[in-house]
Parts: sequence; structure tokens; C-alpha cells
Amino acid sequence: MTNIDFSFDPNWMDTLTTPFMTNAFIAGLCIALAAGVMGYFTIVRHSTFAAHALAHIGLPGATGAVLLGLPVSLGMGVFALAGALVIGALGKRVSEREIATGTVLAFATGLGLFFARLSSSASSQMQSILFGSILTITTGQVIGFAVFDVLLVAVLAVIYRPLLFSSLDEQVAQAKGVPNGVMNVAFMAIMAGVITIAVPAVGTLLIFALVITPAATANILTGTPFRSMVVSGLLCLAAIWGGLVISAMFPAPPSFIIVTLSTLFWAIAKGIEAWRRR
Amino acid sequence: MSDQTAYAIELNDAAVRRGDRTIWQHGTFAIPTGSVTAIVGTNGAGKTTMMKVELGLLPLSHGTVTVLGVPAGQANKSIGYVPQNYAADIESNLTAEQSVLLGLTGTRFGLHPTTRAQRAKAYQAMEFVGIADKAKFRLSELSGGLRQRVAIAQAIASDPKLLMLDEPLANLDLASQRSVAHLLNQLNRELDMTIQVVAHDLNMLLPILTGAVYLLDGHPHYADMRQVLDSKLLTHLYGTNVQVVTTPQGDMFVTPTPDEPDDGTQDMHTADELARMHRHTQASHDGERGTR
Repeated sequence: MTNIDFSFDPNWMDTLTTPFMTNAFIAGLCIALAAGVMGYFTIVRHSTFAAHALAHIGLPGATGAVLLGLPVSLGMGVFALAGALVIGALGKRVSEREIATGTVLAFATGLGLFFARLSSSASSQMQSILFGSILTITTGQVIGFAVFDVLLVAVLAVIYRPLLFSSLDEQVAQAKGVPNGVMNVAFMAIMAGVITIAVPAVGTLLIFALVITPAATANILTGTPFRSMVVSGLLCLAAIWGGLVISAMFPAPPSFIIVTLSTLFWAIAKGIEAWRRR
Repeated sequence: MSDQTAYAIELNDAAVRRGDRTIWQHGTFAIPTGSVTAIVGTNGAGKTTMMKVELGLLPLSHGTVTVLGVPAGQANKSIGYVPQNYAADIESNLTAEQSVLLGLTGTRFGLHPTTRAQRAKAYQAMEFVGIADKAKFRLSELSGGLRQRVAIAQAIASDPKLLMLDEPLANLDLASQRSVAHLLNQLNRELDMTIQVVAHDLNMLLPILTGAVYLLDGHPHYADMRQVLDSKLLTHLYGTNVQVVTTPQGDMFVTPTPDEPDDGTQDMHTADELARMHRHTQASHDGERGTR
């Protein structure tokens, strides 16, 4: 008979003060900022499936990088960006793109598996790429995340309003002279970056719950774009930090707790919304 | 020819192609500033195409189009545009106020917090269309008629000279259609906006229209209301029987005849008749413009 150990760890406070936990907390902050802002845009642009697919398109990049002895994030980022630019160039007409996106998603996942099987080191990293390993995030990665966040804020400071207009109200925006094509490519490229920094936390398979779900929850709570981004970022942060704390108390993988919390927030908001509309 | 104040929209031998197909051609007309016009025609005649050409979103394959005195597309900041199916396309989690604000703030690059003046302007637009009390409601909580008003408020928030609406009455109940038509009339009279509406049903708009662009046999024409309200022309235009009725109030209504007569002579124009009808309207129109 197997003994499942799910007991409370009384020394959880000590665990939280370890260096790898500090890295995880800061990484969580960086991820929450990026995911909070871009999650909102992804939802109002009806591009959630494309965003989900980017993570999978990045998978062969990640395992391929391990194969070549390069950093996982680099391979992930290059593949996700390439996929993003192709999807972006194809335009925003999501309904016509779903089959193509889904097909490429499946193929990319298969290719990722193939690369992983070519070397034992890639094979051993496969699980952490698929399901995340926020506790192994290095200081170098954290710096990379912070740099990305600064770039993200800088770019958004310039294109925030036209991007919002073209996301919410494409036809009128086009008539008013907003370059929708440029906005679409810019959005997808930024999204590739967000996916790349969020994958180390929860992995390619669970990323939807970290990037999209908090934004969906925030959208239920508020009808103002900026407020929605702030709330979404806070929910994302609560899920990650909450996941870290709870996984220090109980022997459960952080990815699982993070995704559970995110789903729980969403379910509660949905429930309240349904109850209010009754 | 291009008197900026006299004409809001001018087409000169304009033609549009998509792929190998010519949507329409030989479009030559001028729509006076201050008018309320409808673009009418059967499905697929190119009504929305006409609006997109006037917005400069579709290129002409031949001829020129001038809007507000400049080539199409260059004066779009002075045009309020409400696209087709607007209510279904825009993100419906947005509040009415946020949606209207987009019309004021959406196009600017760089950091621009929404100013108090912009909020006041948006509120003013919402007040004019009668949705000020719905400002904090989400679009998903509003009826189709109210959403259409939000769309109009967004379009007029930037004080356009020309307001273009694509099928603004589609999917609205009769009462909402009537009130939106009334609103368009108010915008025309009180705010001096030139208004153009794509419509497949003229009935509700008739009392406020000064003219119409009708797309017939691949040619756009412009005429004032008396010329458009010719039973034979309308019957051909819609491909079904249409009657013009003068009511005691003097209003004219275009109503589809309820039943096909037994003699089967309705809607049976010969090519000669059509050509004459065409020449009649085209000639009188050109006479006005003095271009031929």
C-alpha cells in the first residue's frame, strides 16, 4: 500500500525565505504584470486560442534548445515569436484561423516530443517545460523577466490607445486611421514574449489558466479596460504568490496550486455573476 | 466643380472592382452638404462598398471620390462612422461610457490619460442620444436599440461634419427604428450634420430623407426623394413589388404589395423601359450638375 503524504509542513515560513523562493516571488510579480495587461487584450481580441497555441508552438523551440545546449527560454521565445508573427500576418479573423492554428499546435507539440527524445537531458526537462517549475527559476531569468516588463511598459506607453481601439472596435478604428495590421503584429509579438516568461511558472499546458483566466475574471468584475488590466494583474499575482505559499505548506506542485487558485477565482466570479443576473 | 461647402460627397465616374468582378461603375453624383441620404439597393448591390469607398477604405478602380472637399480617406477625422452589426462586433463587456470615449481617445499614440474635457464631451454625446443614464451600464446589459444609440454617441462625440451609418435600423423593433430615425433627424437639424445611411428598408427613414443614392444594375445614382419614389423604379430596385402611397398627412410610404396580382404584369419591365427610366433620372441629375 502506498503512503500518500499530504501533511502540513510546520517549517513553511523557513521555506519561503530561501533564495529560490525569493526568485519565484519576484518572477511571479513580473509575470503577473505582463499577463494582467496582455490577458485583457487577448480576450477582447478573441485571440485566446492563438495565445494558447503560441505556448505549444514554443515547445519544440524549448526542447530543441536543450538539445543544442542553449537556454530553454531562448528557444521557446524564438519559436513563439516566429509563430506569433505568422499568425499576426494572417490577420485577426480568428474564426477562419482556428483549424490552421490547432493543426500547427498539434504538430508543434509532436515535434517538441521528438526533440525531447533525441537527448536524455531534453527528455528530463520535458516535464518542467510542460508543467512548469517556478521554484527552479534562476536569478538570470528573473532579470530577463524584469527587462521584458520594462520593454512591455515602454511599448504600451506608445501604442496603448490605438491598440485598445483596434482591439475593441476594429472597424471604426480602421476608418479613423488606426493601422490595424501593425497593431495585430505588435500584439502577437508582445504575446509571444508574455508566453515565454510565463511558461517557466506553470508550463505550456497550464498557461491558459495563468494568462487568460485572470483576465476573464477581471472582465466579469469591471467594464473599464484599464481597471480590468489592474484587477487581472492582481488576480494573477494572488494566484502565483498564493500558489507558492500553499505549496510551501503542503507537498503539492506550485503549478497545480496556481492553476487551482486561478480557476477558483474565475469560478467564484462566474457564480456571483450568475447569481446577480438571476 | 468641387465647391467644398456645397457638396459633402462627390463621385466622378467612379468604379469599384473586387477581383475580376466590377461591383458598380459610372458613379457620378454630388450629395449636398446638410442632406440626409440613404444608400439603397438589393443585397449584394454594393451599398456597404459605397460607404467604404467614401471612407477611403476601398480603392476605386476608376474615377475619383471627394468627401468633405478632399479625396476620400483624408477627412475621416471629421466623419462619424457606425459600421454594420456594430452592436454585435464590439466587445460587450465594455461600459457605454468607455465605448463612447474610444471615439475621442482611441487614435492617439503615446500616453494620454483621459481628460475631464473628454469625459464631458462623451457625456454630452450620450445625453444628446438619450443614454446618459446608461453610461455605467455594460453594452451586454443594453437592448439593441440602446446599443445603436451608444454607437451613434461614439460616432458623434468627436463633432463630425458627416455621419455615416451602415444599416443602423437592422435588427431593431419598430419603436426603436422610429426613435433612431428621429435621432438622426435631430442630429441633422440641431447639429447640422450631413447624414448618410445604408438601408434596405426606406419606410422608417422616408420622413427625414432629402435624397437617396440607389444602386441599380451596377450603377450608383443620386436623386432627390421625388425621383426615387417612383413605383416602377423602386419595384425594380428591390426586385419585388413596391407601391408608393400618399397618406392624408402628405407622407409617402413605400409598402410592398401584400399579394401578387393574378395578371402577372408587375415587375415586368422590358430592357427599353429600364433604359428610359435610367436615362430619365440620369439626365435630370446631370442637368442639375451640368457636367454633361
